[in-house]
Amino acid sequence: MRRQIGGARLFRPNPLTIKANAELVLEVIDLSVRYQTRQGEVQAVEGVSFELGQGQSLGLVGESGCGKTSVANSLMGLLPENARLAGGQIRLGGTDLLRLSDEEMRRYRWRRIAMVFQAAMNSLDPVHRVGQQVIEAIEAHGMETTLSDARERVARLFRMVGLDPQLMDRYPHEFSGGMRQRAVIAMALSCDPDLIIADEPTTALDVIVQDRILRELKLVQQELRMGMIYISHDIGVVAEVTDRIGVMYAGRLVELGDTADVFRSPMHPYTAALMSSFPSVHGERLPLRNLAGEPPNLIDPPSGCPFHPRCQYADDTCRTEFPARANRGDHWAACWHPLDLAASSDVSRDAC
Amino acid sequence: MLADSGTASIDGRLDGNGEALVAVAGLTKRFPVTKNLFRQPSSFIHAVDDVSFRLAPGKSLGLVGESGCGKTTVGKLLVKLLEPTSGEIRFRFPAGDAHGGSGEPVDAAAIRWGQLRAFRRQAQMIFQDPYESMNPRRTIYDTIAEPLAVQGIGSLMDRVDRVTEILTQVGLTPASSFLFRHPHELSGGQRQRVAIARALVIGPSFVVADEPTSMLDVSSRTGIMLLMQELAARLGIAYLYITHDLAVARYMCHRIAVMYLGKIIELAETEELLRNPLHPYTRALLSAVPVPDPTYRRDRPDIRGDLTLPIDPPARCRFYDRCPIGTDFCRDNPHPPMEERAAGHWVACYEA
Repeated sequence: MRRQIGGARLFRPNPLTIKANAELVLEVIDLSVRYQTRQGEVQAVEGVSFELGQGQSLGLVGESGCGKTSVANSLMGLLPENARLAGGQIRLGGTDLLRLSDEEMRRYRWRRIAMVFQAAMNSLDPVHRVGQQVIEAIEAHGMETTLSDARERVARLFRMVGLDPQLMDRYPHEFSGGMRQRAVIAMALSCDPDLIIADEPTTALDVIVQDRILRELKLVQQELRMGMIYISHDIGVVAEVTDRIGVMYAGRLVELGDTADVFRSPMHPYTAALMSSFPSVHGERLPLRNLAGEPPNLIDPPSGCPFHPRCQYADDTCRTEFPARANRGDHWAACWHPLDLAASSDVSRDAC
Repeated sequence: MLADSGTASIDGRLDGNGEALVAVAGLTKRFPVTKNLFRQPSSFIHAVDDVSFRLAPGKSLGLVGESGCGKTTVGKLLVKLLEPTSGEIRFRFPAGDAHGGSGEPVDAAAIRWGQLRAFRRQAQMIFQDPYESMNPRRTIYDTIAEPLAVQGIGSLMDRVDRVTEILTQVGLTPASSFLFRHPHELSGGQRQRVAIARALVIGPSFVVADEPTSMLDVSSRTGIMLLMQELAARLGIAYLYITHDLAVARYMCHRIAVMYLGKIIELAETEELLRNPLHPYTRALLSAVPVPDPTYRRDRPDIRGDLTLPIDPPARCRFYDRCPIGTDFCRDNPHPPMEERAAGHWVACYEA
């Protein structure tokens, strides 16, 4: 069997993550997802490509409805009934997940990719003990064969996410929101996945609890050298937990780069607008700027660049042609007029 | 007993600039915890405990704290959706306007059932969830015109004019295209604009805003924040702005009061509070807020344990169990009184 059964990986010594030549965990190539609705076909995800190395974390940010969660659900093979994969590949360690049968996908889910859902803390079954629910996940995926081994694994997982293992035999209602969220993270980690997808895992929590969970999630992710995709609308959180950041707009990835780089000098006007509409408590009180208008209707998306109706730099090219990528090192934006051109003469253009 | 906690001095000096619109002294609300339906309740949740502050006309006070700290209860007490267990709320609505403000102080406790209607002309509330706070079967016009109808303001034609005008003011233009839509046809940000229009259509001088932006997307959030700022400045409205988000409070409020388990533990001008937090809880709260700047290294919040419920809390400082700097003195003495450490900067802590 390819994978070690048991907890061996959980106890592996803590190797420092070497991001530069990390082995690729995930490659998403030209992913497109459509939803059939009564009003028409929604182009929820359009030509999204990115890759993720071992131990790397990628943040996906954007307004609601921009396709972040659809990307995540495609990775998990959990798209709703009315969804159609219109194209693309999702390669996980060389296998194209989109070609797998449901049964094969079931074996990948949780074992290779796990997900912490939005408001996951409400997804625990109230009538079963929390530890038992994690054991169920472990047994269902054949990770441990005896109950005592499984319990030991749960205890290790609990410790890893900062929960007292003695709480295993408690019921969900005895847990606070933060504790439940930790238990759900423990469950996601229970089968030692290569990739964890966190979809707004701390949105419903208070800041102090959020801070603790983020620190632990980050630590565990680095320790186990998992790939992580972190989806959030809170760019503050994404700035802190991710190495790279992808900005989505109207179903498309419009900017991708190192987190520090994107925050220091965003290339896409949308990214810049998103950032300046975000209040911060630290540092100087910069004026808030409103990003006027609403995201486009994806049944009938605008021609050319989907952001052009809200963009102050839009011209005729933007209105008619989808932008080529402007590159600055490994940081790119799909924009005809990338920002900060003067500062960096090394912007090159792809015909893409 | 109430005077012991420094209420008198706060009452006199919290806001130096003239008459307060709202003056709250020793406000307390306890909810019974009923274990047995047929017995006298044996314990109480001290949701709001001896809270005092003043709010000047046209100013905005932020009430910040984690979930369960009692901030929403304070808001509901102020608009008489709840009756206090003890304590005093005094309003002094401006004289000479059309709404029956007399310029004389009004004791909220003395407002009887029959006088509530006049009171609600002056004091309104905006609720958190724009998806839940509107009747889905009523049109936008019905929703906004209802306060006018209840208050018997104007003829039918006047009301249509008034609703059209307020829709334009809250940025829902052209107003005629929104009048006869239903809530489900609007986005979250647009619904919250309708909620604001409904609260403001009768021209109140005091509005309790309970997390009006926490359910909204990044971009519509900024729009609502800017709109509320602009309307407050133009119409001279005073806000009690309830939020868990210090970054939002920074942009919306002249002063911020931080609450912990039913107590205000620190109150100061906004920038003073953020630059120079004195209470260990305020410091923890501030350092837990993620920063949208990957190069910024936050301190780890210095706080122990988890949030509890204030059910029959011991007499000592409410924060003692989680406090990093608590001493034996804090353990053996009652909850510290609010003291003024710098001009207008109040804190309830023996050690700060």
